[in-house]
Parts: sequence; C-alpha cells; structure tokens
Amino acid sequence: MKRTRIAWAIASKDLRIELRSRIVANQILPFAAVIMVLFAFALDSDSVLQRVAPGLVWMATLFSMIVLVQRSYAIETEDGAFDLLRLSGLDPIGVFWGKTLALVVQLLLLEILLVATAILLYNATVSGAWIGGIGFLGSGWVLLVTTLITATFGLAAVGTLYGGLAAGFSGRETLLPLLVLPVVSPVVIGATRAMESAFGTAGAVVSEGWSWTGLLLVFAVAFGVGGSLAYGPLIEE
Amino acid sequence: MEPTIECVDVVAVMGGFPVLAGASLRADAGEILLLQGPNGAGKTSLLRVVAGLLPVHRGEARVMGIDLVAEPRRARTHVGMLGHANGLYGDLTVTENVAFWGSTVGATAAEIEAAISRMGLAERLADVPARKLSAGQKRRTALACLIARRAGVWLLDEPHSGLDAVGRDELDAVLRQAAAAGATIVISSHELDRGTKLADRVLTVRGGMCL
Repeated sequence: MKRTRIAWAIASKDLRIELRSRIVANQILPFAAVIMVLFAFALDSDSVLQRVAPGLVWMATLFSMIVLVQRSYAIETEDGAFDLLRLSGLDPIGVFWGKTLALVVQLLLLEILLVATAILLYNATVSGAWIGGIGFLGSGWVLLVTTLITATFGLAAVGTLYGGLAAGFSGRETLLPLLVLPVVSPVVIGATRAMESAFGTAGAVVSEGWSWTGLLLVFAVAFGVGGSLAYGPLIEE
Repeated sequence: MEPTIECVDVVAVMGGFPVLAGASLRADAGEILLLQGPNGAGKTSLLRVVAGLLPVHRGEARVMGIDLVAEPRRARTHVGMLGHANGLYGDLTVTENVAFWGSTVGATAAEIEAAISRMGLAERLADVPARKLSAGQKRRTALACLIARRAGVWLLDEPHSGLDAVGRDELDAVLRQAAAAGATIVISSHELDRGTKLADRVLTVRGGMCL
C-alpha cells in the first residue's frame, strides 16, 4: 500500500508539472512531429515512406523519449529535489514505478501523435476492422494498441532506470542516449515488426505481429522487475 | 528519556580518508543544537552520518532509537536534511510542494494545511509557484515540506546562507517554533553569533571529533 501511494504521488506530481510547464505539449510533441516531417522530405517517395513508416515512428519515439527522460530528471535536479527523494528513505521501487508511469502516459500521447502523423503523412493504413470480421486477434488495431502499450512500458522502464543513473553524473545529457539506445534496440526491432504487421507493410499479416508483442512483453517485464530491484542501489550510489 | 539522536565514538571514512575520528553527539526532542567549527572539521560529515548518507565505519549511531548501521533507510524516514538547495519543484505551488511530500507518508489535508500555516505561508503564498518565491520563502516552504513528511529530526547545513537579514530572522523564528513543537534541529554554521543566539547548545567540531 505504501509503495503504491509513493508511486502515485510521484506520477501525479510529474504529470502535474508537465501540465503546468507545457514543455511536452509545446516542445517535445512538435519536436517529434518535425522529425516525421523531415523524414518525409528526406525520403520523398510515397512507396518508400509507406514501407518504412513503422520504423520511422519508433525512431522518432526514441529520439523524443531521450528528451522526455532528460526532462523527467531535470525537474528533480533543478533545485536538489532528487537528492531529497533519494535521502528521504522513500521506497525506491515506489519512486521507480511513479516515474515510469508518468513517462508511460507521456510516451503514449507522443506515440498516438506519431501514428496519426504516419497515417496522414505517409499514407500508412491499419489492417483489418476494429474487431469482428476476421476476429479479435486479426484486427490490426488491436495489434497496434497492444504493441504501443507493451513497447511503451519497456521503453519507460529503461528510460527511468538509466535516467536515474545518469542524473548523478556530469555530462548526463550526452551520457543518457549512449546508455539507453543500445539497450532498447530489441524494443525498436520488435515494435517495428509488430507495427509492420498491424499496418500490413510489404504484405505482412496481423498474425505475424503477435510473436513480436510477446518479445516486447518479456522485455517490459524484465526491465520492470530488474529496474525495480536495481533502482534503489543505483540512485543511492 | 531516550535521545532523538545519539552518536557514540563514530568513525566515518570517505574516499579512504577518515572524516570523523570518534565523534559523539546527543540531541533530544525539542532541542536546537549548533555544530560549529572551521572548514573541514567534520560538521557536514557528522550531519551526513545522522542522515544515513555516510556509513558508520566504527561506533554507534541511532536516530529515534533506530540503528543507522542496521536500518539506514528506516532511520532516514524520520530525518530531513537541507543543504544549500531547497528541493522544491519550481512549477508547483507552495501547497502542491508541501502536499507532494505529505502524500508520500499519507498525510491528511489538515496536516498539510497545518504545515503551511506553521511556516507562515498560508495567507499570501499558498498558491504561488515555488519559482516565484524569495530565498527566505523558499527555505520556509522546504521546512514546511519536512513537517508534512513528518520528519522529527531536521539537519540544516548552513541554513542562513543566501538569506538577507529579514529572511534570517524569519528562519530563526520558524526554527524556534518547530523546536517548541518537538522537532530536533541540528544546524551546522560558520556564523557563530547568529547560531549561538538561536541554539540551545553549541558543539564544537574539530579534527573529526566533537569537543
């Protein structure tokens, strides 16, 4: 109960700060949209864009996630709040999940924007009906939503863990991408393949995508559990 | 009565060098204790030991009867330490900052309101973002956060630095008030004149020992 309360307090505090400062709405979401537009200019071919749309969505998500994680810890280090958080004896697992949940919410908003941009700009289409016709698991929309959720939890857990680690170092802005990007490569691969199936890219079918969401789920659980255990010792050092 | 803080012959090492060489300290509830001494004497190290940040190499240290060696995390829940930073979230108001720390220990709305009132922040400042506060107001908000999270032991490292004369007087007043309400306050300061006026007792730290 105490752990849940701490997680909720941290998550609601982080989200309230973002609502108040509007950094995500005014800077990070436009940054992600600009990345998508620039990809469109750089590739300049409808067929190529349609083919690579899932990969571009996840690359844009990754770049924006780095900024989100840095922002998540910038609010903590600005006036030494992170030190108080570390030293207050609060359950670090609660702190980890609170920061992870806040990141999940922000990442999901970001991904919805990116998917919508891919559909509008790159003419990507989602396979199958919402539900029915070809069955629940045959719906590209269900696969797409499942992919977004599982991948987001994995990304947020990794971001929170390494963001906390990097927060204690000078040069953290450049250190964080170096730490995070190699670790999340399985998520990028899995999420891109699953989204290709949801979009029906190059003849991919929806059923092929579910095994990739399995990988994403395993990754999210591994980093959720591993992050919970490692976060306390990491931030206390 | 059991002391709130009790350190007996504490030896602490940092980076291979001894920073405390058998320091002993005792403080009771409601007491304001001033640690004074030259730079590098071990004042901040002693505060860090009591905060559970610096491991006890040898000796005994307890906060609220909790052994700092065996249960440092549990001991920390009773301790609030403020250094030069206030640990506030600039985009949150005074009330939201205090409510956040209160919510981590399940404090009620009445407790949070009381913490804000005790620091004299209720009337004009409760809804002001922390970013817009003066240095003294920020420090009072940080202390309200300590009350909201029910910290019974306050460790303040150079609490008067960065404050003007009015801010210093205000801070002294709220510290006296907090001590009267039962908090144990340990202050490390270079400013002997101001510190001795405020403190109930002065402890000189030199060469990693309390004289």
